[in-house]
Amino acid sequence: MKKTGAEIVWECLTREGVDVVFGYPGGANMPIYDAMLSYPVHHVLVRHEQGAAHMADGYARASGKVGVAMATSGPGATNLVTGIATAMMDSSPIVCITGQVAASLIGGDAFQETDVTGITLPITKHNYLVTRADEIAEVIAEAFYIARSGRPGPVLIDICKSAQIESADFEYPEEVKLPGYQPPSHAPKADLDKAVNLIAKAKRPVILCGQGVLMSGGEEALQHFAVKTQTPVAMTLLGLGAFPASHDLSLGMMGMHGEAHANLAIQNADLLLAFGMRFDDRVTGTLSTYALGAKKIHIDIDPSEIHKNVKVDVPLVGDLKTVVTDLVPMVDEYEHEEWMQQIGEWKAEGNARSIMSWPDDGKLHVSHLVHELWNATEGGAIVTTDVGQHQMWTAQYYFLEKPKRWLTSGGAGTMGFGLPSAIGAWFAHKDEEIWTVVGDGGFQMTAAELSTAVQEGANVKIAIMNNSFLGMVRQWQEFFFEKRYSGVNMTGPDFVKLADAHGVPGRLVTKPEEVEDAIKFARETSGPVVLEFRVEQEEAVYPMVPAGAALDEMLRRPVRTKAEKE
Amino acid sequence: MQYTLIAHVEDKPGVLNRVASLFRRRNFNIESLAVGRTEKQGVSRMTIVTNCENDVDAHKIEANLYKLVNVIDVQDVTREPSVTRDLALIKVKASPEQRAEVNSLAAIFRARIVDVAPDSVIVEATGTEDKIEGMIELLRPLGIIEMVRTGQIAMTRGEHSGIRRTPGANGNGWHAEEVSGLAEY
Repeated sequence: MKKTGAEIVWECLTREGVDVVFGYPGGANMPIYDAMLSYPVHHVLVRHEQGAAHMADGYARASGKVGVAMATSGPGATNLVTGIATAMMDSSPIVCITGQVAASLIGGDAFQETDVTGITLPITKHNYLVTRADEIAEVIAEAFYIARSGRPGPVLIDICKSAQIESADFEYPEEVKLPGYQPPSHAPKADLDKAVNLIAKAKRPVILCGQGVLMSGGEEALQHFAVKTQTPVAMTLLGLGAFPASHDLSLGMMGMHGEAHANLAIQNADLLLAFGMRFDDRVTGTLSTYALGAKKIHIDIDPSEIHKNVKVDVPLVGDLKTVVTDLVPMVDEYEHEEWMQQIGEWKAEGNARSIMSWPDDGKLHVSHLVHELWNATEGGAIVTTDVGQHQMWTAQYYFLEKPKRWLTSGGAGTMGFGLPSAIGAWFAHKDEEIWTVVGDGGFQMTAAELSTAVQEGANVKIAIMNNSFLGMVRQWQEFFFEKRYSGVNMTGPDFVKLADAHGVPGRLVTKPEEVEDAIKFARETSGPVVLEFRVEQEEAVYPMVPAGAALDEMLRRPVRTKAEKE
Repeated sequence: MQYTLIAHVEDKPGVLNRVASLFRRRNFNIESLAVGRTEKQGVSRMTIVTNCENDVDAHKIEANLYKLVNVIDVQDVTREPSVTRDLALIKVKASPEQRAEVNSLAAIFRARIVDVAPDSVIVEATGTEDKIEGMIELLRPLGIIEMVRTGQIAMTRGEHSGIRRTPGANGNGWHAEEVSGLAEY
């Protein structure tokens, strides 16, 4: 059956189950856009291609399926770059399809020609330049397989305009042939035995739960393992939601702004079980002082993560769910009462410092707002964030019970991720409540997508934590640069008026007593809503492990009680 | 220490760029890299010589190479009995009277004179890196005009085969498995 290259693109996408794509048309992908009209795919016109990549990413993270972004050649494709790098760092499965100038023009600096496969080479799991229509089907089949399998990641396909126009026989490959790409599944039995021995000897074990648990669907296996061996579970930023926050064994988040008791537990552990995490510098602090007394077991699907940052004793390379499921029947039941008691003491000490026990001082604190939001939504919303202080407070105070409901840019730390990823998540779960918590800085980076939200009727609630500062940079300047504020003051627009200009209902909240009602208003209004919270300007996220410090050398929030204030 | 890795890769456009880009991005260094076709259609073979502090670092390179979709197989032949060869073309200043001297030096190293011009000759030498380095040192006083080298290529001897490492709990943290030839392709 002969089809044009552009038609083949859509034949393939629909066979991969794609029903929504996020994109922006232009000269080099017009044939693809023309052919799109004949296929049952919904196109979301973004306002900037970075938004398309983040939406595809948000869709992928919320649905577990592959998200698709489209752009034209040259600037269209280069605008995707930040979004692709974000997906790469967080192993998010997206496929980006870009138009390229005609094959005969490549290399000639044609209008809107950019070496997109060259530019994206280090920030994609794999990429393709397609110059002929008869390559398209095989390439798309491979791209989807590569994006979602093994350690997921972004794949980019750059398709020459000439390949979109010419015709070729179409047949979708039943399976892909990739001799050099064989993701592992089970870990060798001998290694599992070694892990079991270490687990049997452990008196102070801690599980480090990363996003790999979510990506492999290993939440249940993790819970079985943790409960059977009575091992507490600390989570990375992206691992949040993989283990219920309310569980007795949950330690919450670890790392730079993690719970003090989680970091103390890690530093004092005699066994660390790293489940699908990569010992990023944000969770280890200085490596030379990291968990020195602990043996380490590392489960990861990516062999290049083994020994990358931390030398481990037993690496188990394989699919996390498969490996943990294999381990569960091999381990005995254990109790670690003394250890749990010690952790409980650290926890109690931390609670005394918690901002949640602060008296009402008439000001808006982001942590309180997040708590209110958590209360109002009964912890059930899908929450996305930008990057910075509000992100850490949301991670700390929006306690997650379920997986795939927490979308945040971890590895790349991309500001502007919050709103577009929330829109992407809405396309994955239109019946769910979706909130994006953003700062005034990050929101303005991709605020144009508010218009996209309106055009699509995306039911996304936007909570802007406006402190008129780039808060996290300000905090670092306060702590480490003698409070010499440089480039962090930000005069924003009137966000309620900005919302109004988009036809979006908005509310300004300046006092604690207005919070509950504003959240209620947002929840009861259908479609996008903007809430602007004028929050305490110079507040710091605690605890904090300063860069270059050991994980247990945390700056702690001063204890402040009601009595003290009075 | 110098490690010699053999990578079989799919013969597709841009694969060399992917490998080179990987080394740059991960801050690995390449001493030499030689690519060419193999006995199998569609498969190229790279011999990569790299400096690493230890086996752990060498393993990191292998593991990262495997992350490239087009890389089919990686073997470490550093400690295996193997034949390694580097080919050099060296253009040396040589007046008609000096040709005999160049000729005899070349003979010692079993090199050949492959071109003669009025005041220069081209010497073609094949051998291990050490041998070529040795010859260059002797030719240098005569005046080397230009030189080109292919970088090392390597092949294990007889039944011997390279080591393919997969991470595991065996000894230093990985399984070493002897592999011969190109499995499963």
